[in-house]
Amino acid sequence: MTTANQNAVERYRNNFLKEVEANVEEGDMVKMCMQCGVCAGSCPLGPHWEHSPQKIFMMIRAGKREEVLSSDSMWMCTSCYNCIVRCPRQLPITHIMHGLANYAHRLGLAPKGQPTREFGTLFWNNLVKKGRVNELTLTIGHYFKDGIAAGIKTGLAMQAVGLGMVKAKRLNPMEIFGGHAVKDLKGFHAMVAKAQEIEAKKKGFTA
Amino acid sequence: MTASIATGQTILVVGGGISGMTAALEAAECGKQVILVEKTPVLGGRTARLYRYFPKMCHPTCGLEINLRRLKQNRNVRIMTMTEVSAVSGSRGNYTVTLKVAPRFVNENCTACGKCGEAVTAEVPNPWNYGLDKLKAAYLPHNMAYPQRYVIDPSIVGTPEGEKAKAACPVGAVDLEMKEETVTISAGAVVWATGWRPYDAAKIQPYGYGRFKNVITSLEFERLADPQGPTGGKILRPGDGKEAKNVAFIQCAGSRDENHLRHCSRICCMASLKQTQYVREAFGAEGKSTVYYIDIRAIDRFEDFYQMVQKDATVSFVKSKVARIAENKANGNPILHGVNTEGYHRYAIEHDLVVLAVGMEPEITGVKLPDDVILDSSNFIEGSKDQGMFGAGAAASPLDVNRAVQSATAASLHAIQVVRKNASTEAA
Ligand SMILES: Cc1cc2nc3c(=O)[nH]c(=O)nc-3n(C[C@H](O)[C@H](O)[C@H](O)COP(=O)(O)OP(=O)(O)OC[C@H]3O[C@@H](n4cnc5c(N)ncnc54)[C@H](O)[C@@H]3O)c2cc1C
Ligand code: SF4
Ligand code: SF4
Repeated sequence: MTTANQNAVERYRNNFLKEVEANVEEGDMVKMCMQCGVCAGSCPLGPHWEHSPQKIFMMIRAGKREEVLSSDSMWMCTSCYNCIVRCPRQLPITHIMHGLANYAHRLGLAPKGQPTREFGTLFWNNLVKKGRVNELTLTIGHYFKDGIAAGIKTGLAMQAVGLGMVKAKRLNPMEIFGGHAVKDLKGFHAMVAKAQEIEAKKKGFTA
Repeated sequence: MTASIATGQTILVVGGGISGMTAALEAAECGKQVILVEKTPVLGGRTARLYRYFPKMCHPTCGLEINLRRLKQNRNVRIMTMTEVSAVSGSRGNYTVTLKVAPRFVNENCTACGKCGEAVTAEVPNPWNYGLDKLKAAYLPHNMAYPQRYVIDPSIVGTPEGEKAKAACPVGAVDLEMKEETVTISAGAVVWATGWRPYDAAKIQPYGYGRFKNVITSLEFERLADPQGPTGGKILRPGDGKEAKNVAFIQCAGSRDENHLRHCSRICCMASLKQTQYVREAFGAEGKSTVYYIDIRAIDRFEDFYQMVQKDATVSFVKSKVARIAENKANGNPILHGVNTEGYHRYAIEHDLVVLAVGMEPEITGVKLPDDVILDSSNFIEGSKDQGMFGAGAAASPLDVNRAVQSATAASLHAIQVVRKNASTEAA
């Protein structure tokens, strides 16, 4: 268990709803759900995940902390906003789903090997390095995440697309050597650090 | 013409539905002078357009008949149909009310012989059946219409059709020169019994009302089941006239929804439970009703009605707010998509017909009322700041007939108290 997770367990023992209200974006709206099921029926990803938003909200109230935070459902949300549009109680469902994913990630409880989470992490790390996304290193990182053999295979399969992009000047092969950064990289890093500090403070993260 | 009638001791009742008739009668039978104004050509309101009443499953005509008899026997009520309130000034005990009377183009001489209706060929959408069929442009709104007097639709006035109606009338009752009139009256108290209207189902986009012919409202379903309705009481779906034996009822269509009406309309659960029995009545064991619901709210003592329906083998319940409706292009069947929240099972179920249990919205929504009137967050009338105007029946809250009548009686008593006080101060 991470210390952050341990602290959270201690603080909100047996009241997962309170924990969500305090730590998750728009978490205080969870209690407004009336279990009508419209979001569950409206989600285009519905058949592919285990817990619909409605089910997640019920599980939060039922105190199923482990199951909620380790669920892969929040990671499957594509932000289509169908549920938000239809929810009769106007819950910001999409935002709550992303909030839950973020919270689970910070606590180290999010499912391992979940593709959205992995790509998200890759994307973020790539982005903060230079203040812009380096498409070449990001793509390569993504291709080789499952080992060298798999990476080469995907790389070869995508060869034509890559060359096409180079020809159309959408991809610069020179970017492989680190790539260029935003103008004030130091300023950018300071900004991100500050934003993270503010967020951590708001959500009560100590670790 | 501007006429001035009535006094500060008169009670004005706006709306001639079951609530307005009740409020007017209670006061009149206590000896008070009442003016009852109704915007349509007939009394009875929405209830007169229902096939049967829950909980006893009796026909609304009998309740209507009793009230009409009481009205005919009472000289204290003056009824003005096709009349609306256009302005109210003054305050408790001393209101001046401006009424706008639309032309009926038929005067008191009418004997309801029907000759004008026979003479004209033009047709207009039948408001009585929510436009599901048409009626002649010279018509008696329905069999029990009160007053029993024909109406000429304005669309044929000034046309040869209008002249035909005029020529056909043996008693010279058709008067095509009638104009809109304004009447000013004084009243001590005002009872607003303006009732409700169905929420516009087309606004609930995922349900496809207006796009899919076999998705209808609960009001339309009442008319389909009624022998006086467009199908002569046969439950035939609008898409292709096929018998609708497998019917889905979708609860809270527009109610309990921050995007539509935020209140629970309170009667629609009972209305759908009642309507499952129309399906059974029409098709026996072959009929099939499925109720999709968030939770069933059988108000007050109606729980036993719910239990009775639950025992009915032709009726099943799915605990789910339907997410969306699609249409099977091959047979016109609506397909309901959603998740059954008991077990979280995803479904796509086909039915012959979908009935949306639409919510009740106050009829005065969007109508300019006197500034003094107090409305709740759903536009139901709570009363007035000067305590001289009262809401009654479905204008005050989404109520069934029984509770609407209770509410109207209470409003009537409040109004009587206002004019009684007036009488004693005038005498002093
Ligand atoms: C599908 C459905 C089924 C139902 N079934 C049942 C049932 O089985 N049993 C039951 O008890 N209840 C039932 N109800 C409820 C019932 O319809 C209401 O309780 C009843 O109509 C209330 O009567 P009211 O007089 O208050 O309003 P209304 O019936 O709406 O009457 C209001 C009257 O006021 C008039 N009016 C409106 N505005 C103005 C104005 N500005 N000026 C002048 N006149 C005006 C209208 O024309 C109308 O005549 C059902 C409702 C629905 C939606
Ligand atoms: S649509 Fe809204 S109220 Fe309905 S189950 Fe989903 S979150 Fe809850
Ligand atoms: S009465 Fe039933 S259908 Fe109507 S709004 Fe309330 S819960 Fe929904």
